[in-house]
Formats: sequence, C-alpha cells, structure tokens
Amino acid sequence: MKSNSLETHIAGLHLNSPTMLASGIMSYSVDFFQRIAKEGVGGIVTKSIGLESRKGFENPTIVQINNGFINAMGLPNPGIASYANEIKKAKNVLNIPLIVSVYGFSIEEYETVAKKAINYGADAVELNVSCPHVKDTGLEIGQNPEKLFRAIKKVKNNVKKPVIVKLSPNVTNITEFATIAVEAGADALTATNTIHAMAIDIESTKPILSNIFGGFSGPPIKPIILRCVYELFKTVTVPIIGSGGITNWRDAIEFMLAGASAIQIGTAIALQNTKVFNDINKGIKSYLKKKRFKNVEQIVGLSQKI
Amino acid sequence: MSAYLRKYNIMRTIPILNIKTENQTTKTITFNDKLCSRAKPGQFIMLWIPRVDEIPLSIMNSQKGEVSVTVKAVGSATNSLNSMKKGQNIGVRGPFGNWFSTRSNKCLLIGGGVGIVPLYFLLKKIVGDDKQITFINGAKTENELLFMSSIKILCKNQTILSTTEDGSYGYKGIITESLTKILRQEKFDIIYACGPESMMRNVFDIAELYKIPLEASLERLMRCGIGLCGSCVIGQYRVCRDGPIFNSKQLRKIQDEFGFSRLDFNGKKIPI
Ligand SMILES: Cc1cc2nc3c(=O)[nH]c(=O)nc-3n(C[C@H](O)[C@H](O)[C@H](O)COP(=O)(O)OP(=O)(O)OC[C@H]3O[C@@H](n4cnc5c(N)ncnc54)[C@H](O)[C@@H]3O)c2cc1C
Ligand SMILES: Cc1cc2nc3c(=O)[nH]c(=O)nc-3n(C[C@H](O)[C@H](O)[C@H](O)COP(=O)(O)O)c2cc1C
Ligand code: FES
Repeated sequence: MKSNSLETHIAGLHLNSPTMLASGIMSYSVDFFQRIAKEGVGGIVTKSIGLESRKGFENPTIVQINNGFINAMGLPNPGIASYANEIKKAKNVLNIPLIVSVYGFSIEEYETVAKKAINYGADAVELNVSCPHVKDTGLEIGQNPEKLFRAIKKVKNNVKKPVIVKLSPNVTNITEFATIAVEAGADALTATNTIHAMAIDIESTKPILSNIFGGFSGPPIKPIILRCVYELFKTVTVPIIGSGGITNWRDAIEFMLAGASAIQIGTAIALQNTKVFNDINKGIKSYLKKKRFKNVEQIVGLSQKI
Repeated sequence: MSAYLRKYNIMRTIPILNIKTENQTTKTITFNDKLCSRAKPGQFIMLWIPRVDEIPLSIMNSQKGEVSVTVKAVGSATNSLNSMKKGQNIGVRGPFGNWFSTRSNKCLLIGGGVGIVPLYFLLKKIVGDDKQITFINGAKTENELLFMSSIKILCKNQTILSTTEDGSYGYKGIITESLTKILRQEKFDIIYACGPESMMRNVFDIAELYKIPLEASLERLMRCGIGLCGSCVIGQYRVCRDGPIFNSKQLRKIQDEFGFSRLDFNGKKIPI
C-alpha cells in the first residue's frame, strides 16, 4: 500500500488527513458528514451539545464584515439525549474520528454531557470553554483559571477517551490558560474559538446581531490565531489543533509550521463550499512532495527553528 | 448551480420604496437594490427588520434596480414587517441559492398560497419565450389567490387552472386533483412547484408516477443563508446553498425527509 503523507495523530486519534470540520458548522445531519467525508475531511467535530436542548438566539445570528463573519448563534442544539441518535448513526456510517463538542452551564454539566457523548460512541470530546456569546458557559469558564481547571479535571477523571480543550483568544495571555488546561489533563488543545466582536448598522443606528455581541471568524482573524498557535507550541507539549480563518492550503501549512498538528475548517465552508477539504488536502500533499517531506507530521512547528 | 459571491452577503440597509396590499394578510414590499435586481426566479433574500428578526423571502419581481418581495403575515417577524411604513429602513442580503431552470418548452407551474411568489417571477421571465405554459394556482379561498389579475394578463395565450378549497373561485377542491386531471390528458417537459410541503410531496409522487421531471422550491428554517450553520439541512443538502430548488433526482435522495420531517430551531427533527 502507498503511504499516506497526510496521515496524522492527535492524542491517540488517527486522522487520514489533518483537515477537520470545526464545531458548529453543519452539524445536524449525518448525511452531510458523509458528503464531506467524500471530500477527505480527516475528523469531525460536532456542534457544541449541552445537557438540555436550546433554541439559540433570534436572527440576525450572523453578519459578514469584509470576508469574515461575526456569529451569535446562541448554541442552538437538541441536547445530548436527542443527539445520541446522530452520534450512533455517525459512528455506524463514518470511518473517521467523531469528536463531540461539549458545553455546560456548570462543571457537572460538562462532565455529564461528556460522559454520555462517549457512551454513545464519540471517539473524543472537545470542551467548548470559549463560546464568546452565551452567558454562564463557554468563555465564562475559559476565562476563569480556577473554573477551567476544575471543569477539565472533572471530565478527565470520568471519561476514558481523549479530552480536547478549545481555548479562547479573548484572554490577555493564552499560554497561561493553556498551561492550566494541560495541568488539568487536557490531551490536546484547539486554538482557538472566535474573537468577541460586534457590528452596528449606521443607517438604522442599531447593533445588527440580535444578541448584540458575537464571535468573529474567517480570514481576517487568521494572523491573530496563528500567533496564538505559535505561542502555544512553545509552551505546551500536547498536540495543538489550529482553528481560525483557514481557507486554503497555504493557510493550513502556515498553521502547521507554527505548531498545529491538525487544522479545523469553519467559515471557509461558506466561502469555498464543501470542496475546501479536498482542495486543502491536495495542496498540502503537493507542498510536502515539492519540499521532500515524507509526512505532514514532519512540518509541525518547523517555523519555530529560527 | 448556485454561486456564492461575498459581496452579496454584505447587508445593505435601505428604505422601503413602496408597499402594496395584496389581501388581508399579504403585502408586497418594494425597495431599490442593485445586487438583488440581478436575481433569477427561485432565489431568495434574507431581510432584516431592525431589532426584530431576519427572515428568508423569495424574490417576487425585479426590474430596473427595483426588487419586490411578497410577505404573508404568519408570526411576529412577518406581522411587524407588514406593519412597516414607506421610507422605513430594512436590511437586505442576497440574492442567495439556486434558481429554476428555463430550458424546457412545455411547462407546468403549480403553486399553493404564498408559494406562488417565485413561480410568478418565473412566469414573468419565461412567458415571452415562445413556451407553452400551464399555470395551476390554488388557495383556501378566492382572495388568497395571489396576483390573479396580472397572471390573467400574462397568460392570455396560455392555460390557467385555479382551485379553491371552498369553491369560491375556479375548481372546488385541492390543487393536486387538478394536477392529476391534467396529467391524465397531457404530457409536459417539466413541472415547477412551490407551496406547503405536504402539497409539494404529493406533486412529487404524482410527477414520479407520470415520469415528468420536477423542480420544487423547498423551505427550511434559515439563519446564515450561506451554507454554514446547518439550520436548513435536509439529508445531505442545505436548502439555502444547495437549493432552495431541488430536481427529481435530488428529491429522490431525500424522500425519507421531504414532506415528512424537518429541523426545529433546536436542531431537533420534528414531523412536518
Ligand atoms: C427560501 C424561503 C423563501 C420564503 N419565501 C417567502 C415568501 O416569499 N413570502 C412569505 O410570506 N414567506 C416566505 N417564506 C417563509 C417566511 O420566511 C416565514 O413565514 C417567516 O420566517 C415567518 O417568521 P415569523 O416571525 O413571522 O413567524 P414565526 O411565528 O416565527 O414562525 C412561523 C413559521 O414560519 C417559519 N419560520 C420562522 N422563522 C423562520 C426562518 N428564520 N427561516 C425559515 N422559516 C422560518 C417556521 O415554519 C415557523 O413555524 C420563505 C421561507 C424560505 C425558507
Ligand atoms: C456559525 C458558526 C457557529 C459556530 N459554533 C460553534 C460551536 O457551537 N462551538 C464551538 O466550539 N465553536 C463554534 N464556532 C467556532 C468555530 O468552530 C471556529 O473555531 C471558528 O469559527 C474559527 O474558525 P474559522 O475561521 O475557520 O471559522 C462556530 C463558528 C461559526 C462561524
Ligand atoms: S441557513 Fe445556515 S446552512 Fe442554510
């Protein structure tokens, strides 16, 4: 068999390609997961799921600024009990890792939902301690060192599969929070969630998003998140997954050179449609060949050698 | 094919140019927008009512930079939109989604209630093209049959079949009975459908039986409108990005859901 230069590993998960689906993007349909599996997606992170179902915020929930987006969906999700069917169905038909993103309104909720997700068949969980727009969860845990430590520790003590922690860029020093996450037992870090932001319509003089504040994603945030990944690689030894404004293979390579073992794609699905996974994987492959690398894992963090 | 152009998704805030009352519940709202005036029949916009809501609406007409949507008041957003005044600001992004094909010669258009909106736009675009058109419209009662006088003028050399459930105008009965009746006698190159999903599902089953290609315009809850959030998903498709128009081949792939289930705002599957 020919070796696959795109093959990579994250905390014991085996990925056929480093290009993953980011949380919150098109997560309600296993049929859609299958469609992007055909495009070569290496792993799937689901919508953030909580203990109870949630309606999310009223529209407008998303607004485009240049070629980036501010979203305040409000974590709409059917709740873990209902989502169980999708997890089971996904595990039946997909042969790539399925990572369930988890949020909670308390440390106990993070633990309960994570345990259930794993019981239903998830290969790992990603803790969303970084959603910038819903009160009493996400960022309010991710910006609080003590709560962050306890939430991760509690989940880690109760699940046997990898626990990935998705960090927020909305902190003064991301490496402090990364260190805490790793001390609490995080097996890998996703860097990062969206940047807290807003938009005002000057004609009506009103904020556009119904929630007023949201999270900024897409190409405009790429340099900021790239810097986060670079700093994290210097600080921690666990694998890092890059997420923020990646739209093409050049962006993906840049993130891996900074220190990301894999990357997640969100906004680019709107900008480039579902073929984006295949396009990025093809681009990475030819880059590796041109530069005479055997495997994508060889370039992780390479830019740190200066 | 649907194309996503970044500039289409930037919200434009513009004053309402004109408002026309169609019947007790339905109004047509017109505004100026260059990008939307290039829209093709079947495409939709996301319309923002500042600090109230943002909702998907089909484009009803576009000419010389002026764009119209026709809105039936069914809940808070549509009621508040229909009580707005000329000159007040609305936000618009789009046009989004794909459009009806226009290659076939012998066409049957079938629409129920406010579902007539994109078909009326299609009719206006194709009626001059030397095509043979049959237009079937249906509603509960006479004053809910939209755009009747314009349709009569547009279709003066074509066939119109109107159906009302209470018999106040045209045939008494449900719209799909008229469809079956005509398909027993005539063959068509294509059927275009828009309306309540249970009606469209019936149209699909009938079209399959008579082996006539169908293009149906689907509705699902929408948030982003650009294929990112997943609110509008049906099977492997996103109604906002891969649709809203689906052909027979695609509809066959989603026949377990089409007409039967959809996602609610929580992303939970519920019966239609
Ligand atoms: C592609 C598309 C084209 C449409 N074209 C038209 C049109 O030309 N004219 C017209 O009158 N209506 C049209 N609709 C339906 C219109 O969007 C809904 O009637 C409107 O959103 C209802 O909002 P509301 O707050 O008044 O009612 P609510 O009380 O909030 O809801 C009533 C029902 O409307 C639907 N709805 C509510 N919010 C949304 C949403 N964000 N996205 C989709 N559906 C929603 C749901 O089925 C809901 O049960 C279209 C919908 C879609 C998806
Ligand atoms: C519409 C939308 C919904 C999102 N929902 C979630 C979510 O539920 N949980 C989460 O951890 N991140 C969520 N995110 C953040 C993304 O997963 C991703 O980290 C972020 O958008 C940056 O990547 P991108 O620039 O590739 O989009 C969401 C982003 C968008 C645009
Ligand atoms: S409305 Fe968001 S994917 Fe269609």
